[in-house]
Amino acid sequence: MNTLAEPTTPVASSIRVRSASRVAPGKIVLTVIMLALGLTMILPFLWMVSASLKIQIEVYQFPIRWIPENPQWQNYSRVWLGRYPFYRFYLNSIVVAVTAVAGVLLTSSMGGYAFAKLKFPFKESIFLTYLAMMMIPPQVLLIPRFIMFNAMGLLDTLIVLIVPFTVSAFGTFLMRQFFEQLPNELSEAAIIDGAGHVTIWSRIILPLARPALLALMIISFIWRWNAYLEPLVYLRSISKLTIPVGLDFFVQENTAQMNLIMAAAVTATLPLIALFLFTQKYFIRGIVMSGLKG
Amino acid sequence: MNKKQYESIVAYLFLLPNLAGYLLFFLIPLVFSFLLVFSEWNFISGLQGIRFIGLRNLLEFPTDTWFVNSLRNTVVFTVVTVPLAMILGLLVAVALNEGVYFPKVTRTLFFMPHITSIVAVATVWLALFHPTRGPINQVLRSLGVTNPPGWVASSDWSLIAVIITGVWAAIGYQMLIYLAGLQGIPNELYESARIDGASPVQSFFAITIPLLLPTTFFLLITNVIGSFQVFAQVNLMTQGGPGTSSSVLVFYIYRAGFQYYRMGYASAMAWVLFAIIFAVTFVQWKIRKRLMAVY
Repeated sequence: MNTLAEPTTPVASSIRVRSASRVAPGKIVLTVIMLALGLTMILPFLWMVSASLKIQIEVYQFPIRWIPENPQWQNYSRVWLGRYPFYRFYLNSIVVAVTAVAGVLLTSSMGGYAFAKLKFPFKESIFLTYLAMMMIPPQVLLIPRFIMFNAMGLLDTLIVLIVPFTVSAFGTFLMRQFFEQLPNELSEAAIIDGAGHVTIWSRIILPLARPALLALMIISFIWRWNAYLEPLVYLRSISKLTIPVGLDFFVQENTAQMNLIMAAAVTATLPLIALFLFTQKYFIRGIVMSGLKG
Repeated sequence: MNKKQYESIVAYLFLLPNLAGYLLFFLIPLVFSFLLVFSEWNFISGLQGIRFIGLRNLLEFPTDTWFVNSLRNTVVFTVVTVPLAMILGLLVAVALNEGVYFPKVTRTLFFMPHITSIVAVATVWLALFHPTRGPINQVLRSLGVTNPPGWVASSDWSLIAVIITGVWAAIGYQMLIYLAGLQGIPNELYESARIDGASPVQSFFAITIPLLLPTTFFLLITNVIGSFQVFAQVNLMTQGGPGTSSSVLVFYIYRAGFQYYRMGYASAMAWVLFAIIFAVTFVQWKIRKRLMAVY
């Protein structure tokens, strides 16, 4: 982007000066319209937060009272410490997402290094198999994995949500694409100095690949954190649930108590949104990068 | 050992975690799943209960209303949700790219649904769509609609409720990817079009749309794959009902496999899903290639 803008800098800066010197009415109108539409977009969120602080009979009152008269903060403690302990679901989700993502970063960067920088027999055919793997919908693997985990006695453990997800065809592909753009001169110089491939991978390639690793980290964290179908099928005990299935089970059990359901939904929503607001730059770059390259 | 052999060994060691993981969690399950397509197996009867029945699972599909309707609903969901979300996302992206004050805040507002767990999204929309007391119908009634839709409780409206939720959740992602695409279009093109007397609308169709074609195809392909796999909204909001009015393929796979324990039948459906996704993606690639050659 910057390289594209470089040659036209004089033009660009003159445009910027002109628009700064007088207030653009068109821009104000557009801003107002877009902000209004944006606020409409998040109305469901606002309704959720508002309902989560009400008593049960207030939830569906109409016209909507957006700010509850008497905020019921204890709704949250009831959700967090009740029969469906959300603090526990948080812990489970964090364990699952963090370990699976760490695994993906490790295996993908190793595999990506082999595909991008090394020569070996069957390289092309193995790589094509990887690409084909990306096409397989996860639902195809759901049933055989369920049977496999059952035979291994691993159903209803967090292991089944972690180990299979520490390898990623998508991640390996992303890493390979990025590593291929890195110049070979550095690693060639290192080889002359007697460095092995592990050293080159860990000391030269990985530090240079920080943006790509960050992108992969963020996108796989979102996927693991929000995963729903696998935990729904593989988990049973309340103490093992991750946030999405925890919320689902909670909803099934408390259908009448919409205020508590909304407190649970807010609880489930908050961590990723908070993470997004604090790391917006990397977050967006990660999603765009993985999107455009995947 | 020469240098070439050494490099091959190193490469395979680097690939080892990947290959082991793939063998164990992808290839073996994949083969197993394929064998299940041709068998009848109630999971509860244990492994010795597997019976090979040839193509009978596949032959059952046309006579199974749940399957036929789930397939139809999945196609309807995809055909409506994907273009709608993409067009709305593009419009938002173009507006934001024109330049607004507080671009980050505005972008965040539209993007928030995308990073929210779909379970939370579905939970909230289920409450909003409540046929008698939900805020949406309350608003409709206060606007003078005497007989507002029954949404999730009505077989005419349940799929529409699922679609609205899906579009709402998807717009932000389309916007983000389109914004990235738009920023790759050099400003000079619009400048010279303006000098040549083109209206903004003309520039939009003559410059923006064609130059965004790669972005559009990327979104189209990934969205179609994703929406053929729609599950969470349906499971949480409607359970496929009323009747089969909002059932989709993955929901029926889940139900057949894990509620009726018909593992063979569910696997056969999963492979049908795979085949459809594969075929549709293949066709889209072909079209993409032809269109890209034109521009």
